[in-house]
Amino acid sequence: MKKLLKEFFKGIGSENPTFRLILGLCPTLAVSTSVINGLGMGIAATFVLLGSNVIISLIRRSIPDQIRIPCFIVIIATFVTIVELAMKAYTPELSKALGIFVPLIVVNCIVLGRAEAFASREGISASIMDALGMGIGFTLALLLISSIREVLGNGTLCGFLIIKGFEPVLYLVLAPGALLVIGLLIGAINFISRRRYGLNGR
Amino acid sequence: MDVSMFLSIIIGAIFINNFILSKFLGLCSFIGISKETRPALYMGISVTFVTTCASIITWAIYNFILVPFHIEYLRTISFILVIASFVQFVEMVIKKFSQALYRTLGIYLPLITVNCAVLGAAVLNSEMFFKPGINSLTSFALSTLQGFCVGLGFVLVMLLMSGIRERLELCDIPGSFRDVPIAFIIASLMSMAFMGFAGFRF
Amino acid sequence: MNKLTVSPSPHIKSSQTTKNIMWAVVWSLVPAGIAGIYIFGISSLNIIIISIFSCVFTEALFLRFRGRDPKTILDGSAVLTGLLLAYNLPPEIPFWVPVAGGAVSIILGKQIFGGLGQNVFNPALVGRAFLQISWPVYMTTWTNPRWWPDAVSSATPLAKEGSTHFTYMDILLGNRGGCIGEVCVIALIIGAAYLLAMKIISLHIPLSFIGTVGIISWVFGKDGFFKGDFIFHMLSGGLILGAFFMATDYVTSPLTKKGKIIFGIGCGLLTAIIRLRGGYPEGVCYSILFMNAAVPIIDRFTKTRKYGLTKCKPGKLSAV
Repeated sequence: MKKLLKEFFKGIGSENPTFRLILGLCPTLAVSTSVINGLGMGIAATFVLLGSNVIISLIRRSIPDQIRIPCFIVIIATFVTIVELAMKAYTPELSKALGIFVPLIVVNCIVLGRAEAFASREGISASIMDALGMGIGFTLALLLISSIREVLGNGTLCGFLIIKGFEPVLYLVLAPGALLVIGLLIGAINFISRRRYGLNGR
Repeated sequence: MDVSMFLSIIIGAIFINNFILSKFLGLCSFIGISKETRPALYMGISVTFVTTCASIITWAIYNFILVPFHIEYLRTISFILVIASFVQFVEMVIKKFSQALYRTLGIYLPLITVNCAVLGAAVLNSEMFFKPGINSLTSFALSTLQGFCVGLGFVLVMLLMSGIRERLELCDIPGSFRDVPIAFIIASLMSMAFMGFAGFRF
Repeated sequence: MNKLTVSPSPHIKSSQTTKNIMWAVVWSLVPAGIAGIYIFGISSLNIIIISIFSCVFTEALFLRFRGRDPKTILDGSAVLTGLLLAYNLPPEIPFWVPVAGGAVSIILGKQIFGGLGQNVFNPALVGRAFLQISWPVYMTTWTNPRWWPDAVSSATPLAKEGSTHFTYMDILLGNRGGCIGEVCVIALIIGAAYLLAMKIISLHIPLSFIGTVGIISWVFGKDGFFKGDFIFHMLSGGLILGAFFMATDYVTSPLTKKGKIIFGIGCGLLTAIIRLRGGYPEGVCYSILFMNAAVPIIDRFTKTRKYGLTKCKPGKLSAV
């Protein structure tokens, strides 16, 4: 049980896919212009992660080694298509806002990376915990970045105006701003972890 | 078919909507491989080759199979499978025919499968060039051109970034910002410079 | 005289130190600043002062934070950045804009790379581009010279290209709307002449930059091929300011003469393209930033041949 919890928290903190493993950056930067988009992408990716990790972990002993990557891709692509169609049907504005990044979850390094590095080797409960941890860690990172970008770059949070009399910094909601925010955040997190754990990090 | 359409694709894909700096596709390999000029250049050439061929193949699949049978929702799965198989095939061919070429370019091929840029270009083509009023030949030409120019834009940014990062090895960057964060900040400033091309009139 | 200085040759003494060079450039920019204040009024002086203070203060703070000696702010580079940034701003801009711009220039344009000499992009232009993207409305609200009947202008000569009510004399003397430091071309040329005479800058970059803009605007001008008004283009906007004072920055431009000419041509090409076809009326800022990014690659491919080495021809033994 303790081991399972460790897998869960690892994805949120020490092996956070965005800030520590530097994976899955493409959607992170592109959809983090508003908190709602970030949340939507995070949930979609978590669903795909969960589904693919479970299936791959269940059939891990029967996948031949040479064609494992294409097999993983087929499984992941199936879940992505499910999410894509569901979003188009039930949340059409969100689907339009996220654009091509919903189908691109299939090549999201996080999903394929966890399938390759974890789900194909570990049991099902550990895989579920890993998927949930990584997914929630990804979502939290997305929320952090999108809230900074939306509040400072637009003056709103989830569409509600929260700072009055403030000229929003348009830079942050555009492409260069995304790169800047993530660069500064990773630098800040590095700085904080150096302070806490010394120069060798963890 | 007029010249301004082709020009807008070329300038658009390389400068205005540069896949790395504007659309954030292909970031993982960008951050990982842009530390030295030679690998960066080779990676860029490989990506250009794969993206161009993938654009052609996926155009054929979309045009001759998916659209006529109204199964466009299978786009994600079919595209990624085709791209993965193509890359695998190319890797086998190169390995057999030229060891030297394999050692320089071939090692990047597995990475390119999960490169968002390739799938992104294919999906973008299918969304941009399959509208009523564009005949098959035009959509074929435009898709191939866009795939090629996406690759060129990739090479340009990799080249510029690798030159800068090589020089930064000697600089006194704050410890927590070394490596990844400063790369993002440079990318942010480069993205800002590329914004000068915004609003281009053809 | 108890110290014996031991150093390897060549033993060249020069009165040119970083500090001297920076302050010389600052002095060379003073005529343009005085012209700007005369043309637009006291608000220009306020902006210049705020911008300089913001840069110097940010640099001192950052150096303190990194545990370095804050006295290096006296080397003049932060003052120069503040001055150049102010010269790129419209005269009636709210006070917090140069404050933000100064901070961004110094932090993102210089200090995060390790300080003077290690940055890739021109700091003043980093600040200016950031401000232009973040607050486009403020950055394009122009005012007319003080002596004009209505105070608020709608656009600069470049944006109104084609309406012939600016003469060349108007543009040279600064009888037009625009940024604080870019309007009085004569003042800028005086400063540039001073720098050229002191051998602080060379003509390679400015000539190739301005020349390329002239040629392209002549060939592809508004009235047809080979009929463009190239003098207008060469004098208007921030071209003179950019070509002589910002593109020539030592740190962010190539080392060799060939490299400098390539750099100048590249800047000119991009400026002309953006002016003629791009969404912005002025392209100097973005073109210089773009070419700054290309400088390491330019340097790599225009390396000077090392003394004593020749290219080896296969099959032949080279003794030298």
